[in-house]
Amino acid sequence: MTLTPEQSFVRRVAVQCTLNGQPTEFLAAPYLSLLETLRETLGLTGTKEGCNDGNCGACTVNVNGRIVDACLMLGVEAEGKTIETIEGVAPAGGLHPLQQAFLEEAALQCGICTPGFLVSAKALLEAEPDASEQRIRLWLAGNLCRCTGYDKIIRAVEKARDQTK
Amino acid sequence: MTTTEKPQEFKVVGTRPIRHDGVDKVLGRAVYGADVRLAGMIYGAVLRSPHAHAKITKIDTSKAEAMPGVFAVMSGKDMPLVASGALDLGETVDDTAFTSDRVMAHDKVVYKGHPVAAVAAIDQNTGLEALKLIEVEYEVLKPVISLEEAMAPGAIVIHEGLIGSDQGEQVKNTNIAVHNRLEFGDPEAAFDQSKTVIERTFIISRAHQGYIEPHASTVFWAPDGKITVWTTTQAPFGVRKTISALLNQPLSNIKVTPTEIGGGFGGKIPVYLEPLAAVLSKKAGRPVKIQMDRRAVFEATGPGPGGTVKVKMGVDDKGKITAATADIRYGAGAYPGASIGAAASGIFACYEVPNVRVDSYDVVINMSKTAAYRAPGTPQATFASETLVGELCEIIGMDPMEFHLLNASKEGTRRPDGPLFPRVGNEGCLLAIKDSDHFKSTLEPSAEGKLRGRGMASGYWNGIGNKSSVTINVNDDGIVSLVEGNPDIGGTRTTIAMQAAEILGLPAEDVHPAVGDTDSVGYSDLTAGSRTTYATGTAAIEAAKMVIDEMKKRVAMIWETEYENIEHIDGMFTNKVAPDRRFTFKEAAGKLGQTGGPVAMTGTVNVRGSGGGSFGTHLVDVEVDSDTGKVEILRYTAAQDAGKAVHPSYVEGQFQGGAVQGIGWALNEEYYTSDDGSMINSTFLDYRMPTSLDVPTIDTIIVEVPNVNHPFGVRGIGETSIVPPAPAVANALADAIGARLYQTPMNPGRILEALAAKKAGK
Amino acid sequence: MHPYQYIPATNITEAVSMLARYGHRARIMAGGTDLLVQLRGERYELDAVVDAKAIPELMELTLDGGLTIGAAVPCYQVYEDGAIVAAFPGIIDAASLIGGIQIQSRASLGGNLCNATPSADGICPLIVYSGVVTLTGVEGTRTMPVEEFATGPGRNALGHGEMLIKIHLPKPVDHFGAAYQRFIPRNEMDIAVAGVASAVTLDASGEKIESARIALAAVGPIPIFAKQASDSLAGQPATEESFAKAGEIASTEASPISDMRGTIEQRLHLVGVLTRRTLAQAVQRARGNA
Repeated sequence: MTLTPEQSFVRRVAVQCTLNGQPTEFLAAPYLSLLETLRETLGLTGTKEGCNDGNCGACTVNVNGRIVDACLMLGVEAEGKTIETIEGVAPAGGLHPLQQAFLEEAALQCGICTPGFLVSAKALLEAEPDASEQRIRLWLAGNLCRCTGYDKIIRAVEKARDQTK
Repeated sequence: MTTTEKPQEFKVVGTRPIRHDGVDKVLGRAVYGADVRLAGMIYGAVLRSPHAHAKITKIDTSKAEAMPGVFAVMSGKDMPLVASGALDLGETVDDTAFTSDRVMAHDKVVYKGHPVAAVAAIDQNTGLEALKLIEVEYEVLKPVISLEEAMAPGAIVIHEGLIGSDQGEQVKNTNIAVHNRLEFGDPEAAFDQSKTVIERTFIISRAHQGYIEPHASTVFWAPDGKITVWTTTQAPFGVRKTISALLNQPLSNIKVTPTEIGGGFGGKIPVYLEPLAAVLSKKAGRPVKIQMDRRAVFEATGPGPGGTVKVKMGVDDKGKITAATADIRYGAGAYPGASIGAAASGIFACYEVPNVRVDSYDVVINMSKTAAYRAPGTPQATFASETLVGELCEIIGMDPMEFHLLNASKEGTRRPDGPLFPRVGNEGCLLAIKDSDHFKSTLEPSAEGKLRGRGMASGYWNGIGNKSSVTINVNDDGIVSLVEGNPDIGGTRTTIAMQAAEILGLPAEDVHPAVGDTDSVGYSDLTAGSRTTYATGTAAIEAAKMVIDEMKKRVAMIWETEYENIEHIDGMFTNKVAPDRRFTFKEAAGKLGQTGGPVAMTGTVNVRGSGGGSFGTHLVDVEVDSDTGKVEILRYTAAQDAGKAVHPSYVEGQFQGGAVQGIGWALNEEYYTSDDGSMINSTFLDYRMPTSLDVPTIDTIIVEVPNVNHPFGVRGIGETSIVPPAPAVANALADAIGARLYQTPMNPGRILEALAAKKAGK
Repeated sequence: MHPYQYIPATNITEAVSMLARYGHRARIMAGGTDLLVQLRGERYELDAVVDAKAIPELMELTLDGGLTIGAAVPCYQVYEDGAIVAAFPGIIDAASLIGGIQIQSRASLGGNLCNATPSADGICPLIVYSGVVTLTGVEGTRTMPVEEFATGPGRNALGHGEMLIKIHLPKPVDHFGAAYQRFIPRNEMDIAVAGVASAVTLDASGEKIESARIALAAVGPIPIFAKQASDSLAGQPATEESFAKAGEIASTEASPISDMRGTIEQRLHLVGVLTRRTLAQAVQRARGNA
């Protein structure tokens, strides 16, 4: 059943949420993902599209304390939520220990997966400040990296873990 | 851990500074292809063929053009007709007509996913909806998918105009684009006189580079004819040249800005979206951004080719190789260009082979045209040769390490394609592995139902030198800006800056590198071929030397002495005849204004060759669940010759990344293709690349056998690390299960079959 | 993708009336981890998605001897509840396997069940725990055993205007244990090549199996309740030989296909292996040895 353009026009919906610590209001097309909404409507391009079907984790964001794939959530679902993207990871004027550790440990090569890994790893260390290497690897298994072979990413997370615990 | 021969003394090279672009990247601020946002930008979408082989009998875009929100529609008729001709992209030469056809079909589609039309619309979803209104009628033809089909006499010919080359002789009506032969000595006679000869046939899967960032390009075609391109690419000058050729536009009207790039491995050398975005932009009068979705990346961009490799090797009673032959056949995809040349020269490169013949075939099939994938052509060929060597060692009862050392190619050895190796690190890597904790450790016995094994393999990638330009500007506070033309896939802007800093006597932080666009930096060949740190670094060294030279002249002016008296040692300008006068670089830089003005120097190079290439040896321990065929990688060590590691962390990272790609290819990665030529597993769900839970720590050993062709001894190292893993895993599996697999991926199903066959006594 | 409305329902009546009004042009959204992928893949077109996550009954997670899981409860809530982990470990096996951490933040067992792929990890454990689903539609509310809910690949028993409200698992009897294992080529993020859930009820001595339930994933058009293999274990000693025999019978009840994830032979073989392993694990849990 194909509708005419007029029939198919779906109004944008006003959404209010807390985004990277700030109260934020925006208009979201109801059929667009949180990923598309962040990138196109809000101009926050730090969250990346790798596959758009929940299999690579490049679009990982933190919603109400849980990491999710932003491509598998609708933008309108941000209503009332507390959302943190990569743009919110660093404290004002500085770097999060994980970000610093990634730099020191050379845990990025092309860097496209890095935002997703940082958001995921930050959530892990907040939930499990003493996570073992195996636990880190399991937690991060939803984030694909093709450049590093993961080794230096794990080392960086361990370094940040040891510094902050 | 590093093994060094005759070390030079360095201040910056060999240290581990924070990469200059690192902060932007960890903040998520770095601008990649899809992050480009321009005023008035509209969004493109591409309609792709559902058929692998078909004639387009009708295409009607009128309904899409009329849809509200659509600015422009294009199809094959909007692309200029271009003649066949050489399109030199630096590492490879493509054909202009084939390239045009590949990015937008004219009257025939030759791979599933072949673009047949494109639209530009107010937003992405409107564009996708508009595609549904484009009416295309196809006359479906039988697709040619397998090599056997494609090479058989009387095969359906995919390109009627294709003129194949059979060892230089022209061939018409064929899918075999190229057949080459390398030959030296008399292999047949040598086989006859050998103590042991074995021959095996291997099947290697087509495998995708798997970069996490899909292709994305934004183009604005201005009313004055200037075409500006922002694109994720490994080759900005190649993109410029290709657009110029495909769209019949002067090079000087085209400016390409490479964005940050989210992985390439060779797959972002070819052009896909830029010409389409350009044509749409011209029609729409707006900047047009096109992003590829993951399915299109898998189905319609170039992976590394799959194919068959038959290898034969003979040895004398001491285990010395007498002769080796190979027959390499790769499925190039819908246009010629599988990397058979590198495969042929690399397959036996780790050995002294006195009698050799390698036949290689570049075969056209109805799938997307393959592209370079890290050491292109060589992982496939080496899977065959090194797995064969593993089996040969079993048969003759010789330790594989001793076999490798006995037969190792070295300085003076003739490579199968003719060149003699200069000083190289083959033996160095073998000995580094032999000396490693991993090699010396005993493989612990496994629990019941599990089988453990250990295997090794060596690999080689030659690499290229080619052309680069680097400009260095001195600021009066002593900070130096450096502009180069190589997109930074893995930290190269820093390794280039470090080499300049070394010459300038500055800390790495005081050199600010930037990747320029095609207007702001001199011609530079692509980021590929393991050339960037090596050749662009050489250009940076040239530029830095020129800067020092000019600054010496200025210092001489200030000190009112002869230029010949000025020295630059340990970062200080000094006066031979008045030793108490000294300037730091910063002090000298502060005085440029009063001595004639700014100092800016450009170093340009055309580096001949790579200096011998980079060898590597890998060692792996595996554990197999004999009930399920599941493989765990227990331990992995990668040794490779870096010549001189400029930034050891990023060298280690290259070793580790390539190793894990090779592990993925060995265990799980392949294109499941249906009879109609569709890739069924075109998602990251079913194209199974390793996750962090699938691999252990990858230990690395940087071997340093200085490169005679670089001032600091640096070798290009980015590619070799993907070559040894698959055969190393194959050899470890054979050790574990007592049966051999001759096909990638060596997935659980195939391992179970091998176990069952062994049990049945086959 | 055809643009659709987003309707956040706050109660069941509202949701049901939306489903009735839009018919095939609306679907319930829980975690969205299957729905959004299928919509973008143009498997179907919708005019509306009805978000059920604000409906209290669908977000209920109650352990009171038995376990009630609302249809939209995300997996992480299930496996982060220590009491549920202790009481229903076989469910935890599945909830912690679906996708990865990001997926488990949103995906629900109810959604996994409604999606009804044969390879679903969440369905077989529900079957062996004798789960019962509650469905509500325009014609009222009904229940059915979980094993009747999936009716074909990607098809379920929901009628017009009907939605899944919750899944209820009865309190396990004494000496009950259950486990789920699947085979995947990597270590995470894969779809099961084959999966088996097994549940056993032992006698007081812990040496004999009184009854068993075995269910098979990814080896037929729907998750298969392997009745013959299950019944064959009644009265049998809880030993490796019994497990192996049951595994052989279970293989005969499977009807796998060869596809890009596995061959028929491989899957039949894995059914045997996984049946043995999950029975052994279920017995361990039944004996209180987790």
